[in-house]
Amino acid sequence: MLQVSVYRFNPETDAAPQMQEYQVETGGKDLMVLDVLEMIKAEHDASVTYRRSCREGVCGSDGLNINGKNGLACITPLSDAVKKNKLVLRPLPGLPVVRDLVVDMSLFYAQYEKIEPYLQNNSPAPAIERLQTPEDRAKLDGLYECILCACCSTSCPSFWWNPDRFVGPAGLLQAYRFLADSRDQATDERLAKLDDPFSVFRCHGIQNCVNVCPKGLNPTRAIGHIRTMLLNRAA
Amino acid sequence: MVTQVTSFSRNGLSDWLIQRVSSLILLAYFLFIGVQIATGIDYTSWRALHDTTAMKVFTLLAIGAYVSHAWIGLWTVFTDYLTEYMLGSIGNVVRPVLQIAVVLALVVYAIWVIQVIWG
Repeated sequence: MLQVSVYRFNPETDAAPQMQEYQVETGGKDLMVLDVLEMIKAEHDASVTYRRSCREGVCGSDGLNINGKNGLACITPLSDAVKKNKLVLRPLPGLPVVRDLVVDMSLFYAQYEKIEPYLQNNSPAPAIERLQTPEDRAKLDGLYECILCACCSTSCPSFWWNPDRFVGPAGLLQAYRFLADSRDQATDERLAKLDDPFSVFRCHGIQNCVNVCPKGLNPTRAIGHIRTMLLNRAA
Repeated sequence: MVTQVTSFSRNGLSDWLIQRVSSLILLAYFLFIGVQIATGIDYTSWRALHDTTAMKVFTLLAIGAYVSHAWIGLWTVFTDYLTEYMLGSIGNVVRPVLQIAVVLALVVYAIWVIQVIWG
């Protein structure tokens, strides 16, 4: 029997959060963490609340803190997460809890909105599409794959301390995705908005974001590229 | 509310660059002083070393680097941990008071060093 400890908190009725223990029979199978949550909800306690949708690591809904490390419950196998037959599930750190494992992502989305995550090009639109060379298209690899699960930003202490001012690794990865896009014409305006002491420069390169990204992306490297672009622009 | 009014240069890129350049100057200075001490030095040669214009300029450069490095570093620490978000409204009192105290102390150090080497 797997020992599962789940963070429970209903801000409307509970004075403080608590951990609730469950014994789950996995039948020796190497299930995904989401499967265990589904079993708890179906067989033990229907009130356990969490987000999930695609259950295959594409939608980014079920980001959780799993045995101390952020990850997507649907693609994290028990063999990767469980230590000493114990599985501890908490909500993503640093964001307000709506209920149990569900967090309020408003601050995260506000930072994403701030970097204007859309192509800006004022030249007349061509008849079919704006073309890129294969080399220019390759510059977007490792950037466009982000699914906005917030695992990276909520593992970043700088985002915990200044969630209203530091864009965070997810937002900055997307900022660089548009800075690196050969079709985008707003490079200077984008960089001008990142030049303050908080938006980019609160990153101290500790690479928690790289460590937890379920898609294997590298926000720290993207942030380094943004710094280089800011330096080149100023030089 | 945390603002950048008390940051060293009011600009993230400048602060970031100054922090790195100043760390290299301080590293060079302390390595140089370390080598002098390790190879054996008495008062006469120590005094002679610091009487040279090159050493005075180097020391002045080092104290400038020290002031800017400490200002930027501590400003970052204070605006991370001593905020309204972390401490409640008291954070908006504690942080500026400490920031001003640090800046005053750094300016005093700088004047003191200038007086020692040029006085």
